[in-house]
Amino acid sequence: MTEAVTPTATRTIDARGSFCPGPLMELIRGIKEGQVGDVIAVLSADKGSKTDIPKWVEKAGHRLIGVFTRDGYDEIVVEKMK
Amino acid sequence: MSDTISFVLFSGTDDKLQAAAVMTAGAAALGKRVNIFLQYWALDAFRRDRIDADHGLSPEAGPAGRAAVDALRAAGQASWKETLGQAKELGDVDIQACSLSMDLLHLEESDLDPIVDGVEGVTAFFLAAEDGEVVFI
Repeated sequence: MTEAVTPTATRTIDARGSFCPGPLMELIRGIKEGQVGDVIAVLSADKGSKTDIPKWVEKAGHRLIGVFTRDGYDEIVVEKMK
Repeated sequence: MSDTISFVLFSGTDDKLQAAAVMTAGAAALGKRVNIFLQYWALDAFRRDRIDADHGLSPEAGPAGRAAVDALRAAGQASWKETLGQAKELGDVDIQACSLSMDLLHLEESDLDPIVDGVEGVTAFFLAAEDGEVVFI
């Protein structure tokens, strides 16, 4: 996907220095701190996060906007629903 | 799926404590209540004066395993203490020291790192575990 289709994130969390489950932990903190409707982008270079974060998002009742493959990392975009 | 999972930590090497911390963080992220019960050498690793020390690796790690663990750490992997701290901050994680192991190691509660919530016996641990799984590491 291209940059143009990426929704505007309210907040970007750069977790590229973290290993599993660090990026998910940082996302959960970001969601707790945020408001309903916030769009949070997590940048992760950890292989587990692009499978684990979408599963967590579904279980926790938020909305996965997308998992975008970037140059050497993934951008996982989530909307806080509750 | 039970809402509670309990880990008995027995081994005090950094690799097993790291694995346990990652499992704890994952379970806490899903909203599970996590009980951690510290026995023997795992309890020793939670001593206030040693928690940040090098606790070695399991025998099967060998020199190649040691190098791999060191490389991940150098790349910025959080320590097991930091991961447990994150899990406690985000979820419902309770860390208890086994009272028998406290006696074995001649420890007082003030000797333990503050990440430990208290001291209890094995019966209290099983009551807290309810009908959830108990994993021994």
